[in-house]
Amino acid sequence: MRPFAYERAATAEEALARCDEETRYLGGGTNLVDLMRLGVERPARLVDVTRLPHDRIEERSSGALRIGAAVRNSDLTAHPAVRRHHPMLVQAVLSGASGQIRNQATVGGNLLQRTRCSYFQDITKPCNKREPGTGCPAIDGEHHNLAILGHSESCVATHPSDMAVALAALDATVLTRGRGGERAIPLADFYRLPGSHPERDTTLEPGELVTAVEVPPLAMPSRYRKVRERASFAFALVSIAAAADVRDGVVRDCRIALGGVAHRPWRARRAEDHLRGRPLTRENLAGAADQELAAAHPLRDNAYKLRLARNLIVRTLLELGERA
Amino acid sequence: MNAIGSRSRVEGREKVTGEARYAVEHPVPGAAYAWVVQSTVAKGEITAFDTADAEALPGVLTVLTPDNAPELAPVSDGELAVLQGRKVSYRGQIVAAVVAETLETAREAARLVRVTYAARRHDVRLTPDHPGRYTPDEAEDGPWQARQGDPEDAFRAAPVRIDCTFTTPAEHNNPMEPHATLAAWDGDALTVHDSNQGPSTVRSTLAKVFELDPARVRVISPHIGGGFGSKGTPRPNVVLAAMAARAVGRPVKLAFTRRQMYALTGYRSPTVQRVRLGAAEDGRLTTIIHESFEQSSTVREFAEESTTPTRVMYRAPNRRTAYHLTRLDVPSTSWMRAPGDAPGMFALESAMDELAVVLGLDPIELRVRNEPDGHPEDGRPFSSRNLVACLREGAARFGWSDRDPTPGVRRVGRRLVGTGVAAATYPVLRSPAQATARANADGSYTVRIAAIDLGTGARTALGLIAAETLKADPAQVTVEIGDSDLPRAGLAGGSAGTAGWGTAVVRACEALLSKLNGHVPPEGVEAAADTTEEVKGQGDEYARHSFGAHFAEVEVDVDTGEIRVPRMLGVFATGRIVNAKAARSQFLGGMIMGLGMALMEESVLDEAFGDHLTADLAQYHIPANADVRDLDAVWLDEHDPHVNPMGTKGIGEIGIVGAAAAITNAVHHATGVRFRTLPLTPPRVLPEL
Ligand SMILES: Cc1cc2nc3c(=O)[nH]c(=O)nc-3n(C[C@H](O)[C@H](O)[C@H](O)COP(=O)(O)OP(=O)(O)OC[C@H]3O[C@@H](n4cnc5c(N)ncnc54)[C@H](O)[C@@H]3O)c2cc1C
Ligand code: SF4
Repeated sequence: MRPFAYERAATAEEALARCDEETRYLGGGTNLVDLMRLGVERPARLVDVTRLPHDRIEERSSGALRIGAAVRNSDLTAHPAVRRHHPMLVQAVLSGASGQIRNQATVGGNLLQRTRCSYFQDITKPCNKREPGTGCPAIDGEHHNLAILGHSESCVATHPSDMAVALAALDATVLTRGRGGERAIPLADFYRLPGSHPERDTTLEPGELVTAVEVPPLAMPSRYRKVRERASFAFALVSIAAAADVRDGVVRDCRIALGGVAHRPWRARRAEDHLRGRPLTRENLAGAADQELAAAHPLRDNAYKLRLARNLIVRTLLELGERA
Repeated sequence: MNAIGSRSRVEGREKVTGEARYAVEHPVPGAAYAWVVQSTVAKGEITAFDTADAEALPGVLTVLTPDNAPELAPVSDGELAVLQGRKVSYRGQIVAAVVAETLETAREAARLVRVTYAARRHDVRLTPDHPGRYTPDEAEDGPWQARQGDPEDAFRAAPVRIDCTFTTPAEHNNPMEPHATLAAWDGDALTVHDSNQGPSTVRSTLAKVFELDPARVRVISPHIGGGFGSKGTPRPNVVLAAMAARAVGRPVKLAFTRRQMYALTGYRSPTVQRVRLGAAEDGRLTTIIHESFEQSSTVREFAEESTTPTRVMYRAPNRRTAYHLTRLDVPSTSWMRAPGDAPGMFALESAMDELAVVLGLDPIELRVRNEPDGHPEDGRPFSSRNLVACLREGAARFGWSDRDPTPGVRRVGRRLVGTGVAAATYPVLRSPAQATARANADGSYTVRIAAIDLGTGARTALGLIAAETLKADPAQVTVEIGDSDLPRAGLAGGSAGTAGWGTAVVRACEALLSKLNGHVPPEGVEAAADTTEEVKGQGDEYARHSFGAHFAEVEVDVDTGEIRVPRMLGVFATGRIVNAKAARSQFLGGMIMGLGMALMEESVLDEAFGDHLTADLAQYHIPANADVRDLDAVWLDEHDPHVNPMGTKGIGEIGIVGAAAAITNAVHHATGVRFRTLPLTPPRVLPEL
């Protein structure tokens, strides 16, 4: 791998000041260092951002939680306020990777982890995301775990983070700091669809630093369910983060986000709209899922995800309703 | 349960404290590091190398290419002709190597080596009707094919018929320790610390390749982090490390990465298997036809031999087994735990289950009805055969008797539940070895043999065998293995290690006992044994095989297609057990591999590029702890006087054989759907539910 300099920043200003085109911020390194070994990432410099004062979880007076970008994934899942208010977020993070990796991984790094598309990780092969303009071999090649929604002719990758799916359902906001100052980016606007620029996963500007994630309160029971190819330690085929406020059998409010289906966590707003005010029945849930998935374009080998996503929507919301 | 002993691994403490050193961990002053450059086309010729940038990188010692690599003496395994030409035979083949002061420099320089290819169209797709398919020795009976009676006619005439095709994917061994070598020359003497399954074999191969006197080659391998067959033949790493060390005049360390292992260290061939069974209404088989279609690289012919176990399993007057190979532009296939037997018994035991369902007969009863008196092909008696006892014992332990055979009717919440059974078999093999046994003046003993411990506990097992023969406390016996300077021995492979090495150890200890007369002089007393005549002289008046039975319970989620295995039981009849504790681990490990084979293991080949895409452990799924629930392995108290002096049969591989079929048969029982393509992942299962 390319020799690189390693530096530690003590403050956000310092980190920003050191960041140039050839620099990458280093969180836990569980994704970045792997990609450096593979030659996918070749930074000249790493600026370690785990010592920034972004390692706390604060409860705001609004009831929102502010989760620092340097908080370790394990610490997030152990935090009493997170456990109390957002079971779906805890379940999502715990369903990802392994205990060892979660001990190392940070919230910022988790949000910004790259796709697990095999071609992206192999520098001997073309890939529009890694090298724009080289093509997308996944479209005709191996794509059984790639996107069914929102993909483009240039890229059919999925975003791998479980945590981000829960955050999408939670209407979280990503707080950042860049050369132009601070920004609060709603999660819905944080991740991009590939379009003709799959090399850009997010709307972050070059060098922009993620400082925290803000999660507003949610007064509904919630749940994360992940389907994968073994019982643990595998990325999602399809996952769902769902919450529902069901009273007298009627859905007052709900949140649904899907993972493993698109280039970003897929907030299923059409399904939510369809359900609100309707009785929580299998038929209505199936109808809601169909509304959402009408826009799907499965690839040759991933049509199973349609059925899986549909079943997950129906089943997870029914289970949430039973608890109400 | 009955065994010679039950002992923790003698090197356990060294291993868990990190004191045990694996191949490239041995500290040597002045070591340099090698990194390979792999081809990026699957077939063609290299037209040019540009190594200037790589050579210019500070710290680079040399760049080896076919243009400057020393000529090696040819050996039968084409994989070992490292850098011997510009022809590219598969994607990922070694085309150059960099040697540098540090690992990182070597890796970076390898990236800077530019190789230009004249690529040719590659063919990596295995199909049963591939035009390049062949069956050597078509005319003769032999390993490739065996035939009795008139199997096809009998099939046409059979009142009950099963004709189905099963598909198993390529699977990679994935031992924890990669293939790795530290090589150092002293004049024309070569010493390697190497991760392998047989130091004597590595030594003789290196001697041939480098045209050295075998006495000038030493292979040191005290601890091995697994092999599962992939280290059974010397790999390019050992040749290349030695070549590189000679080129730079320094010791060189070379370890493949996990990713590189997917192209360079072998894997199980995918198979397409057609099984035809013809039976009478009462379930008695009249004919068995089992054909398998497998692939081989163009560099090295290797047959998975999936139909071999079918030859010993069930009685049928008419029978035919055959396997066919197609040479493709793929990385070389090789041994992977229970080669042939694992995929073959998946197919046969699935077909038997299908027959049981068609007949409305209990699958255990069907197997009992087809139990042969002797070897099904030639009637030779089995040295011991306790398949039926395994099935019965398993049935009792598992609670089989109250099973409702109806498929697809047991539901717990959103999960369908079912149980399945399958039989297992593995041949009893052994190879000749030499050993010495020494009585020391302090009352202790030392046994020496160039055996190897892949992590199975071989050192401990041989200590127990020696102690039993010597009537000594195992703690008094030190076993020296893992070094080619020790008395020559065969591979850890074919579940034959303990049998072959153990025979030599017993004979050496017996020879020692006959030399001892109570008094041990200060210099000790030593005796040696060579079992070449004994092993080669063993007649084939008996068919020698292990047998077993697997039971599994599965839960299939109807919404997601996820399959979980809450219970698995293996019952084995494998002769005498040496070390109860380690044996149980071997069986369980095999069964877990069977679970992986059934539900998740798959090396996905990219047809456009020609390589395996799932080239890391995040993509190539093996069972995680959460997949392994209530798992149990037991063995019968089997005495077999016709195998070897210990009465053992070998336990390394039988645990995986049949395990996958027990699970997939249980999935059929749960869902009513027959899945004939492995593995049973949600993408395959859900659409059929
Ligand atoms: C074997 C394996 C299995 C896994 N399974 C799962 C899974 O099932 N589900 C799942 O969700 N994840 C999984 N992961 C991924 C894991 O969650 C991520 O690797 C981890 O969350 C990344 O966090 P990190 O802190 O180590 O990031 P790093 O590797 O340090 O960084 C990742 C990226 O984020 C950037 N970055 C880091 N911090 C900041 C910041 N504050 N501001 C701006 N940019 C920043 C880095 O520059 C880099 O580009 C798995 C990983 C492995 C290795
Ligand atoms: S899907 Fe996206 S990441 Fe994968 S190969 Fe295509 S462009 Fe690259």
